[in-house]
Amino acid sequence: MSKSIQEIQEEIIDEFSMFDDWMQRYEYMIELGKSLPLIDEKYKIEENLIKGCQSKVWVHAELNGEKLEFTADSDAIITKGIVAILIRAFSGHHPSDILEADTQFIDEIGLKEHLSPTRANGLVSMIKQLKMYAIAYQTQLK
Amino acid sequence: MSTATEALAYSVEKIREDFPILKREVNGYPLVYFDNAATSQTPQQVIDVIVDYYSNYNANIHRGVHALSQEATDKYEQARKKIQEHFNAKKAHEIIFTSGTTHGINLVANGFGSLLKKGDEIIVSALEHHSNIVPWQILAEKTGALLKVIPMNQKGELIYSAFEELLSEKTKLVFVNHVSNALGTVNPIEKIISKAHEYNAAVLVDGAQAAPHIKADVQALNVDFYVVSAHKMCGPTGVGMLYGKEEWLNKLPPYQGGGEMIATVTFEKTTYADLPHKFEAGTPNICGGIAFGAALDYMNNLGFDKIAAYEEELLHYATKKLLEIDGMEIYGVSKEKTAVISFNINGMHPYDIGTILDKLGIAVRTGHHCAQPIMDFYKIPGTVRASFSFYNTKEEIDAFIKAVIKAKAMLA
Repeated sequence: MSKSIQEIQEEIIDEFSMFDDWMQRYEYMIELGKSLPLIDEKYKIEENLIKGCQSKVWVHAELNGEKLEFTADSDAIITKGIVAILIRAFSGHHPSDILEADTQFIDEIGLKEHLSPTRANGLVSMIKQLKMYAIAYQTQLK
Repeated sequence: MSTATEALAYSVEKIREDFPILKREVNGYPLVYFDNAATSQTPQQVIDVIVDYYSNYNANIHRGVHALSQEATDKYEQARKKIQEHFNAKKAHEIIFTSGTTHGINLVANGFGSLLKKGDEIIVSALEHHSNIVPWQILAEKTGALLKVIPMNQKGELIYSAFEELLSEKTKLVFVNHVSNALGTVNPIEKIISKAHEYNAAVLVDGAQAAPHIKADVQALNVDFYVVSAHKMCGPTGVGMLYGKEEWLNKLPPYQGGGEMIATVTFEKTTYADLPHKFEAGTPNICGGIAFGAALDYMNNLGFDKIAAYEEELLHYATKKLLEIDGMEIYGVSKEKTAVISFNINGMHPYDIGTILDKLGIAVRTGHHCAQPIMDFYKIPGTVRASFSFYNTKEEIDAFIKAVIKAKAMLA
């Protein structure tokens, strides 16, 4: 059986607990941001763009059986690193599980400031968008 | 280096003593505050005035017969007088207290709504802040007037000859900032004002970014309107001033209705109060106005010549050091600029650089600086902007340079 969102989040918290300081955490995030192909270029279109004022975030959602799969990207690399973490936690789950999940784990890995509503990096809107997709597809599955 | 700058450079440590916030740590590092173009820090002398107001004579002004009200009114009007003297306005009632630059611009734009007609033309510059574009767009839409734009060159300067070509008998208004917030370019407003006047067009100058560095003389400039915010020049937020020539302020209708701005009210007709009260509806930011006056005292005490000379030194020092970094691109390289450096490195996102600088205790601004047309011109999403003030030091610039190099290494 695949891992639950909760389990994945705990896994991420574990990984980040190995780092001693912010610099290591950020270096890891930048690595994540650089290494992952997060979205098919054809989905990096205006319709999928969340305008975060400073950094842009694209989100695409697709239903695969009963699982909702997300791909996303950002033009800023630190934002992209967090996008990668969020996608890892939220993608590939049932819409109702996605709706129930929270983002508390971002606090616990020391990246809280990036999810502040005033941060202007598109992440808060991105999470909102993930949940909106989950609502839409949940209705479809019923 | 002149003796004057030496004297100030020498006393910068003493000046820093006046700013309690500069002793702060951020993320475990001593704060390096290079976001002065967004808002300046507040000296103890101004903080004391704010505390004194609320501790000793807080009262509503202009209408009370009691002692506190009288005291507050006197102090508030003294502040208006200080502002008048600072900007060399002919009359105190040509100084209108506002909530800030944006308020001042909107007040004038709204007023011109009743003076413009279809086919009239408004000229703005390509270097404007959104707050000096949007109100004119709304005004143009409302009146059917046409909005024209003075283009800029690669160095981040306005193309003056293009401005001359835009002018015609149809031009009624010209809006330009004294200093660009995104690039620091000082615009040739003397020339722009006198040329616009040849066509009887009124000129509004947004002085928000100039006021902390340049002491503008509104009579010598012969400018029709000049707007500033106190919080960019050591004063509190939420207060600013609109200077308008008396004849223009008399022509403009009131912006907001309310108490204070009326002479008599019946349900048939209301007559408006005289200047400046016609534009100051409701209870103003009394404490803010008084503290604005104190901020001007503080800066004038230091001396604007000394401030400008010292800041220029910081600008040159930082520019030179930054350019030693490989892949550094500085936007806005006009000879005439204030202590602002807007830059990018090797296509790295400004948000990423700003985030790492913040982690190292360094406050800069990143993004489009509310001047998207400028970013579109350079085809970039934004820049990192470091802006210096007279209380910053070369040691802080060294820490900043080290942090930029660190960020570049992390992001490469």
